[in-house]
Amino acid sequence: MHGHVSYEDFILQVAGFLTTYYLFIAAMNGLAAFYLWQSGRAKELFRLPGSGLAVTTVHVWLLVAGVFTILSAYATNGGAAALTLPQAVRDFADARMGPVVYTVGLLLLLSVLYLGRNFFVKPTVAWAGLNLSLLLMGISMTDMDFASIVMKPDNVPIVAMIYLLGFFTWLSASKAVQNDARTARGEVPLEKLDDEKVLVWPDLVYTELICMIALMAILFVWAILLQAPLEEPASTVKTPNPSKAPWYFLGLQEMLVYYDPWMAGVVLPGVVVGGLMAIPFIDFNKQGNGYYTINERKFAYCTFQFGFLVLWVTLIVMGTFLRGPNWNFFGFYETWDAHKVEALNNVDLSQYFWVDLLHTGRPKAADDAPMIVKIGYILLRESVGIMLLLFYFGGGPPAMVIYSKFFRKMFLRMGFVRYMVLSNLILLMALLPIKMLARWTVDMKYFVSIPEYFLNF
Amino acid sequence: MPPLDEIIRGSQIWKSVFRHPAPIDRRNRVVVMLTNFFLHLHPVSIKKQGISLSYTWCMGGVTFFLFLVETVTGVLLMFYYRPTLEWAYNDMLALRDVASLGILREIHRWAAHAMVITVWLHMYRVFLTGSYKPPREFNWVIGVILLLLTLLLSFTGYLLPWDQLAIWAITVGSNMARAHPFLGHEGPGSALLTLDGIDMITNASDARFGLLGARFVGEETLNRFYVLHCVAIPLAAALLMAIHFWRVRKDGGISGPL
Repeated sequence: MHGHVSYEDFILQVAGFLTTYYLFIAAMNGLAAFYLWQSGRAKELFRLPGSGLAVTTVHVWLLVAGVFTILSAYATNGGAAALTLPQAVRDFADARMGPVVYTVGLLLLLSVLYLGRNFFVKPTVAWAGLNLSLLLMGISMTDMDFASIVMKPDNVPIVAMIYLLGFFTWLSASKAVQNDARTARGEVPLEKLDDEKVLVWPDLVYTELICMIALMAILFVWAILLQAPLEEPASTVKTPNPSKAPWYFLGLQEMLVYYDPWMAGVVLPGVVVGGLMAIPFIDFNKQGNGYYTINERKFAYCTFQFGFLVLWVTLIVMGTFLRGPNWNFFGFYETWDAHKVEALNNVDLSQYFWVDLLHTGRPKAADDAPMIVKIGYILLRESVGIMLLLFYFGGGPPAMVIYSKFFRKMFLRMGFVRYMVLSNLILLMALLPIKMLARWTVDMKYFVSIPEYFLNF
Repeated sequence: MPPLDEIIRGSQIWKSVFRHPAPIDRRNRVVVMLTNFFLHLHPVSIKKQGISLSYTWCMGGVTFFLFLVETVTGVLLMFYYRPTLEWAYNDMLALRDVASLGILREIHRWAAHAMVITVWLHMYRVFLTGSYKPPREFNWVIGVILLLLTLLLSFTGYLLPWDQLAIWAITVGSNMARAHPFLGHEGPGSALLTLDGIDMITNASDARFGLLGARFVGEETLNRFYVLHCVAIPLAAALLMAIHFWRVRKDGGISGPL
């Protein structure tokens, strides 16, 4: 990737960036402290023993601002190379990191954030988390492999997207937690308080104008600082490795690891679009219309967040930053080595059944058998997988009604058609994590494998 | 002599455009919303909650503004760009090195990436506030189609620089169409579509061929994507956006607690 740049040259370039970067974080914390001080919203943390002087959040963020200022000065004076994670830590992180740890880890992290939302939405906690993540980004930037991927022009927007998503998820959760607490006390949601009407000119029109100008300024600065990528002229014979789709489709490309193109590239995107369109028609919950809440629509909230944050966004991040040559997995600090070999020993379900379990070999029609016989043999060969899928999609919806009180209530309130749409969408969505688990645990390749007709599932 | 602005505001030309005094009192602040074409999308008055940035995130508006930025910069880029194998890449080099306003392509590309992100954030907000619920179900459906069009706009534009990044991203993406059930020549079921024993779905007649205009990403694809990117999809998006905004008003304005 970067064989022609020596580490010393790289550090010099990065030092300039880090100086600005740390100074920016320092300013951010300074402004936060100033805001807390001016608005009187500072929280007292403890009192100094001797003098009884109160230590508040203002002091904490001022201190953090000071530390980042020192880091900034240190980085610019040639210390950038020292502001880094020890190589042992990076190697350890890379060795432990893989699709399983990454995906399951993020799922666990989001679950913890969700369950502990009353704590994590507190501004002080969220601000501390932001500072920590920015610090981690900063010290990671001194790693050549990390920097080369994050600084790729087309990847910069994705880094921005991660922070934007983090911010807006925090903002919405924070409002939802407040509203849920208010509802529990029998009060109306916050949004209801600003019920009075104002004139659109000037109150809305001016806001829009300011937004437009701010956005234009951001775009100009972004366009001046970061040049649009232009690689070598197109060549149909020189295939780059890895070949990647545009970044917003990388979640789908990542699904190709588990599904064949007809599923990952056609059927599932179609289901995503159709499922999104179906949301207003299968969500019969009348609560939570026009204000932020989690408690009043937990099922809708969790299902959407699982689909969006876990299955869509984290797969895009993985496809962008962690998938290298030959679509192999590379840790955050790992060099994209095209010669890295990963053993592919995935096995079809029919192989497990006929060969490993029954020791008979997979049934196969004679080469000169008529078409219908051949198809019969194929169905016999794949019968276990086909029955499993029929059982999953045919038995899933009624089983959910019978064994789960929650879905039974839902079925009674939604009616047959809506319930079938909802349950099948959920089963289809759940199939991706199920396939991931089957791949990680027992090297499952396909449940149904009919390569004769391009029908692998 | 009266002040200059009074002369301008009193002139026949000014009055022919703006048929009422400046919106500095309550009456004229109402009138301006009703008489100005660009403002009449808005209501005259609105609940304070509905314009609070922490509630709306302004992401729908930002997306629309980015679409306008893309239209303006896109038209300017079309002055310089020829969608042929001979010129496409060279015109990119010229845009970078020769053309004045050398950040035109940068603004266009970054605004395109930003637009994808802001569409997502807009939908995220609409979901989290339950704003798709009745009576706004249909507008959510239009919104999903607009999301799709945004992604297609970005995807078709990705090919136009005609560099390695472009051609291989489109190759990877469009290879999916090859596996379309029944309609792709490597998709399940397409082998069943035969006429007198001759395959109907081949690599010269399947969904990918329809998308690319050829068996591989080539000159026909460049032309096809150029037309889709500059004419067909923006027109469709503009129409749907008009309906989207109109329905916001007709469905009761911006959502809020009942």
